[in-house]
Amino acid sequence: MAQDASIAGQPNSVEGLGGVAADWSGDKQAFPVHWGKAMMWIFLLSDTFIFTCFLTSYMNVRISTTATWPDPSKVFALDIAGHEIPLLLIAIMTMVLITSSGTMAMAVNYGYRRDRAKTTALMLATAALGASFVSMQAFEWHKLIVHEGVRPWGNPMGAPQFGSAFFMITGFHGLHVSAGVIYLSVVARRVWTGFYDRKGTYETVEVTGLYWHFVDLVWVFIFAFFYLW
Amino acid sequence: MNDVTASETVHEQKAHGATDQGHTEGQQHPIRIYLLIWALLFVFSTFSYLVDYFQLHGFLRWSLIILFMLVKAGFIVAIFMHMRWERLALKFAILIPPLALLILVGLMAIEGAHTFITRWGAFVR
Repeated sequence: MAQDASIAGQPNSVEGLGGVAADWSGDKQAFPVHWGKAMMWIFLLSDTFIFTCFLTSYMNVRISTTATWPDPSKVFALDIAGHEIPLLLIAIMTMVLITSSGTMAMAVNYGYRRDRAKTTALMLATAALGASFVSMQAFEWHKLIVHEGVRPWGNPMGAPQFGSAFFMITGFHGLHVSAGVIYLSVVARRVWTGFYDRKGTYETVEVTGLYWHFVDLVWVFIFAFFYLW
Repeated sequence: MNDVTASETVHEQKAHGATDQGHTEGQQHPIRIYLLIWALLFVFSTFSYLVDYFQLHGFLRWSLIILFMLVKAGFIVAIFMHMRWERLALKFAILIPPLALLILVGLMAIEGAHTFITRWGAFVR
């Protein structure tokens, strides 16, 4: 009994593989983190499966089609002063999302330092960068649908599966970014009004950050497999 | 006796949780490391963009794309999402299940190749 109590009292005393066994056993909480953080990680794990299913189905239709796959380097090129620059808008979108991830990481840091003004400002900057990402995506969709005639069932450049894979994958990711902008705005408002000071913890800012970094993480995979491949 | 132990454990945990929230404020690391990772993400994104810009092809293109992708993903998960500083139990619970997806990817690649061959035989040849 005394031994059990000492284990419960010091949940982080054992490291390495022994620590895995200690954390999973002994009638105690498995993950010594805020419940919201554990739940967010589990949600992100399920989201990983969803996005992988999309990317896998894209891989499957791209392998199985006998038509030529449109060259993303040309499809997503921008015409600047008469020069075709490949993937320019996508590169800018990537940089914007990485920058927003950087501001989010710093917001989490300042949250734990109880710096309300800086945390709020950095979270709002993150939300603004996210909103500009979605705007650029809207521009991209508009260009593809109106000017290039891409539809989910066909397009003039080649394999008809290109459109369905593109709209499904980038659409679902854009939905995640849009939801993230709303999520960030709500939490930023709560930081500003001192909600988390009264609650006694800024863990929520870190949990929000986990979601936002995940959105950036998914874009890394979409960028590699859809735009560059 | 087991019941007593269990209730005591729960009680101790609650007390521990309460002190946890009061004192240790989660993940605190120097700002420097975030700025460094931020810069590295920029560098590796530029590298993967250059793969396309210089129109590299074949094995070199695919291996470079996957290499830069995995490096960026690793930085984001390990540093920005603080996975590096979490307990091994949480790391295992989150990072091992996605490995099952590799089996899905493998099976669907085989299936896609089979569909391609049958389509080629039926419609194209």
